Amino acid sequence: MKVWIHIIALIAITAVNAWAGDDTPTALSNKEAIILVQDHANYLWTLIAAALVFFMQAGFAMVEAGFTRAKNAINILMKNLMDFSMGSIVYWAIGFGLMFGASGTGWFGTSGFFLSDFTPDGDPWVLAFWMFQVVFAATAATIVSGAMAERTKFTGYMLYSIGVCGLIYPIFGSWAWGSLFNGSGWLEGLGFIDFAGSTVVHSVGGWAALAGAIVLGPRIGKYLPDGSMRPIPGHNMPLGALGVFILWLGWFGFNPGSTTTADKSIAMIFVNTNLAAAAGAILAMVTSWFKFGKPEVSMSLNGALAGLVAITAGCANVSPASAVIIGCVAGVLVVFSVMFLDKIKVDDPVGAVSVHGVNGAWGTLAAGIFNIGGTTAGIIGVQLLGIAACFLWTFPVALVMFKLIDKTIGLRVSPEEEAEGLDFSEHGGNAYPDFEVSSYAQS
Amino acid sequence: MRKIEAVIKPFKLDDVKDALNKIGVKGMTISEVKGFGRQKGHKETYRGAEYQVDFVPKIKIDLVVDAAMSDQVVATIKESASSGKIGDGKIFVMPVGEAVRIRTGESGREAI
Repeated sequence: MKVWIHIIALIAITAVNAWAGDDTPTALSNKEAIILVQDHANYLWTLIAAALVFFMQAGFAMVEAGFTRAKNAINILMKNLMDFSMGSIVYWAIGFGLMFGASGTGWFGTSGFFLSDFTPDGDPWVLAFWMFQVVFAATAATIVSGAMAERTKFTGYMLYSIGVCGLIYPIFGSWAWGSLFNGSGWLEGLGFIDFAGSTVVHSVGGWAALAGAIVLGPRIGKYLPDGSMRPIPGHNMPLGALGVFILWLGWFGFNPGSTTTADKSIAMIFVNTNLAAAAGAILAMVTSWFKFGKPEVSMSLNGALAGLVAITAGCANVSPASAVIIGCVAGVLVVFSVMFLDKIKVDDPVGAVSVHGVNGAWGTLAAGIFNIGGTTAGIIGVQLLGIAACFLWTFPVALVMFKLIDKTIGLRVSPEEEAEGLDFSEHGGNAYPDFEVSSYAQS
Repeated sequence: MRKIEAVIKPFKLDDVKDALNKIGVKGMTISEVKGFGRQKGHKETYRGAEYQVDFVPKIKIDLVVDAAMSDQVVATIKESASSGKIGDGKIFVMPVGEAVRIRTGESGREAI
């Protein structure tokens, strides 16, 4: 019986092969097919990575919700939902074109608005590339909501989201990354290294966050008249930790995905990303242990993020051992930065400026210092130039924008609204209706 | 001995605690409560439906003090817990029959 089955199968396979073999493969058609398969793999990897980076929005939402008070949870979630949603639309309309459009000057793009590069019968790569880029733009935008938490007017924040995804982020992005598509940037032309965006994404977000926190002022009750600082503890450390783990996972799309190519280089990028995060978490924990007497959870979590931000620039051009060092420095840096900001009375409820701004700068510098091919004064010089250019563009523009919003529709809620909680005053709701959500810390 | 119960606005707790500390009251018990008097609650919305939340979060402070101190404590609480706005709360004073410190067994004035 078995023999018959084998004979029939053999006949069937031969018949199918004969029929399918009408186009016998040639060397040229094989080559085209191979290129197509690689093309398809590139699409696949880029879009999977884009989905991972999108998931970082959940990470940010959970970190920010966990590190702030329960009475403001709905507001934080709304801000996170909206800075992604509004950012997406604005980036589709204007941002992408400014960042990646044809750029005669090297300072901003002038084509590709409303995804005009896409035609239904044309190359859909622009769509995959846009998808990957929009989640990056949204990452920069959502960094700011953490620093401005618990006292920012919802409408003011939405206006800001439009500003950051429509102007601030794409302009600087065009300087560093424009040539990845149709544009070209003056900064990348000098050899600026920022593979996945320590500066382009994280420092832009971090400095905008700093501007916002400064214009807003601190939360009521955070800094007392006698100069002392009162902690305002977050309401849910498990959510905060969940957020950090989600961000760590998403970063495996953020960094390796920036190749937008499915090739072997993503392996080292994965490893560098993980090592830097781990080193950052450990060193932040150790630093907090020395400084405060016990290993502190929120600083350790911030440390992991700091390591991730710091490796983002150099993830493709430093060795794994260097990644560990970069992460270690980031972990120490973030703790001291958080303490410094409190000393100068800039209230940053989740440490966004310290994680993203400060370590974005460190990571960019580190990408020059630890460059696998060796470093030179020139390389480091360009890195420093990029770091400075980012700050000098982002911070003043964001400051002006926040001041404008403040003068027109108002940026900060009233003291009564702040005391009552934004969930009720801005959204008429309660994130935890089954529980008593009243904090009796000052306000 | 007198027991003093004060229902106050939550964000006033630290002010009251500090003020009481200054006049020599070193201990107290607090509970998170809800209540309303003349202060009305507010309306909340969920998925298109409105609902009234009548009870407002408050903090209740329980203290037992020497009868001689009682008036001063009441005045201190009244001053430090006041925001001038509706919903500031109320203070009640009642006599205490006995007080005992669990660790040492002391009773009466030594216990408070």
